[in-house]
Amino acid sequence: MPLADGTTGPSWNLIADIQQLWSYPFMVTAFRAGTIIAVASAVMGWFMVLRRQTFAGHTLAVVGFPGAAGAVLLGVSATDGYFTFCVAAAIVIAAIPRAGRASLGHESAVTGTVQTFLLACGFLFVALYHGFLNGINALLFGTFLGITDGQVLLLLIVTLAVLAVLALIGRPLLFASIDPTVAAARGIPVRALSTGFLILLGAATAEASQITGTLLVFALLVMPAATAQTLTARPATSLVLSVLIALAVTWLGLGVAYFSVYPIGFFVSTLAFAGYLAAHLVRGAGRLRTRHRLAGGPA
Amino acid sequence: MSTATSAARIVHTGLLDGPLSHPFFLNALIAGTAIAAASGLVGYFLVLRAQVFTGDALSHVAFTGALAALAAGVDLRVGLFGMTIVIAVLMGAVGRRGLADDVVIGSVFAWILGLGVFFLTVYTTSRSTANGAAGVNVLFGSIFGISAADARLATLIAAAVCALILLIARPLLFATLDPDIAAARGVPVRLLGFAFLALVGAATAEATQAVGALLLLGLLAAPAGTARRLTTRPYRALALSAAIAVADIWIGLSLSYALPTLPPSFAILAVATTGFLLTLAAPVLRRHVANRARPAVT
Repeated sequence: MPLADGTTGPSWNLIADIQQLWSYPFMVTAFRAGTIIAVASAVMGWFMVLRRQTFAGHTLAVVGFPGAAGAVLLGVSATDGYFTFCVAAAIVIAAIPRAGRASLGHESAVTGTVQTFLLACGFLFVALYHGFLNGINALLFGTFLGITDGQVLLLLIVTLAVLAVLALIGRPLLFASIDPTVAAARGIPVRALSTGFLILLGAATAEASQITGTLLVFALLVMPAATAQTLTARPATSLVLSVLIALAVTWLGLGVAYFSVYPIGFFVSTLAFAGYLAAHLVRGAGRLRTRHRLAGGPA
Repeated sequence: MSTATSAARIVHTGLLDGPLSHPFFLNALIAGTAIAAASGLVGYFLVLRAQVFTGDALSHVAFTGALAALAAGVDLRVGLFGMTIVIAVLMGAVGRRGLADDVVIGSVFAWILGLGVFFLTVYTTSRSTANGAAGVNVLFGSIFGISAADARLATLIAAAVCALILLIARPLLFATLDPDIAAARGVPVRLLGFAFLALVGAATAEATQAVGALLLLGLLAAPAGTARRLTTRPYRALALSAAIAVADIWIGLSLSYALPTLPPSFAILAVATTGFLLTLAAPVLRRHVANRARPAVT
C-alpha cells in the first residue's frame, strides 16, 4: 500500500519523523485505533495463551474473513461483519462439547473442513462483489488506512466493555484456567466462565483483525502474550509485559509501515516474532548460566 | 496429454458439445482429477495420524513459497514444492522432541504468512509484468486458468505422489496404528514419518494449484474424514478417500461451469463439506429414528 507521498522517506531524525507521522489525521487515527487494539488483544491473548486456546483464537480469526467480506457485499461496514461473525462463532464453539482425546484426528478433520469452508465462503462473497480484489488483501493481511473516527469510537467502547467484564471475572477465570478441577470443586462456574471468555476473545479477535488482517491475528493475539509468559511466570508482571510488547510492536509497525511500501501485517508479525525469538534466546541463556553456576563454574 | 484427452473424449462423448469442448475446462478436469486423487490418499493418512494441523501449517508455507518464487522471478512451482517439502521435513525433525506446541506453531506460521505478504508486495511493486491478482490466485486457486502444459506436469507429479503413497501404504499403516510394535518388527517408523511428510509437502504444493493455499486443507481433510465415517477398513477407506476427493472436484467443477458466479474453489469446497456433513449427520439421524421406534433402548 504505497502512500500518496512516496517521495518522503524517513529522515532518520526521530522527532521529525514522528512529527511528520502525526501531521496526517489518518495516521493519528491509525495510532489511536492501534493502541486500543493492542491493549485489548494483549490482555485477551494473555488469557488465551494461558488457557492454551490458541486454536480457538485461530478459528475465530478465520471466521472474521467471511464476516467482513459478507459485510462489504451487503454494503455495511466491515467492522460490523467482523464483530457479528467472531462473536457468533465464539458462542457456537462454546456450545460444542469438548470431545475426548481419542477422537483427536477426527475432530481436527471436522474443524479443518469447517474452517476452510468458511474461508471459501469469504472468497465467494468477494467474487460476488466485483472489483474488490485489492480489498481482499486488506481483509486478509491488514491495513491501517481508512479507519474512521466512528470506528475508533466503536473499538474504544468494545475494548472498555471487554476489559470491564474481564476485570469482573479475571480472578475466578485465572483460577479456572490454571486448575479447572479444583476451581469447579470450589464452586466456581467453570463452564460459564469459559463461554464468557470465548465471547470476549471473539470481540478481541474481531478488533485485532482490523489492523493485522484475519490471517495475521496471531501476531497481536498470541506472540506478545507468549513472549511475556516466556520471560516471567508471575501473572501480573507478564500481563503488563504482554500489553507493553503489543503496544511497542503496533506503534513500531505503524511507524515503519508508514515509510515503506510493505503492508503493516508484515511488520507487526515480524517484529512480534523477533521479540518472541529474543525471549526464547534470553531464557535459554539464563538457563545455561544457571546450570553453569550450579555446576560450580565461574558465574 | 493426447492420450488423456482422447480417453476423456471416449468417456464423455455426450458432453463434447458442452464443457469438455473448452480446453480450459478439460485441463482443469485432468489436473483436478490427479490432484484430488493425490490429496485424497495423502489426506487419509494425515487424518489417521492426527496430523491435520501439519497440513494447515503447510498450507501457509505454500503461500509464502509460491510468492517468494514469483518475487524472485522463477517458476512458481519451484518455490511451492521446494518450500513445502523442506518445511514439512523440518517440522518432522522438531516435532518429535515435543518442541512444537500450538503456541509455537501459531507464532511461526503467523510470521511465515507475514513474510508471504512481504513477498507479495515485492512481487506486485517490483515487476512491471506482475499480475495484480497473483496473491489471490495463490490463496484461493485458479484451476480454470491452468494451461495444458501445467496440467500435464501437475498430473505427472500427482501420479508420482499417488504411486509413492501406495508403495509405502502398508508399512505406513502399520507404523501409524502401532508405532512401537512396528518398530520392534523392524519397520523404519521414523524414516516413514519423514517420507510421509515430504509427500504431504508435495501434495500441498499440488493442491495449491487447484484450490489455493487457504482452501487446500479442506481437500485434504474432508474426503478423508468422510471416508473414515463410511468404513473402518483401512484400505477401503484409503481408496474411498481418493474416490470422494475426485468426485468432489468433478461435481465442484461442473457446478462452477453451470453457475459461473460460483468460483470453482468455492464449489469444490462446498461439495466436499456437504458430503462430510451428511456422513456426520447420518448416524445421528439414524439413532434418532431408532430411538423413536424403540424408546426403551439407548
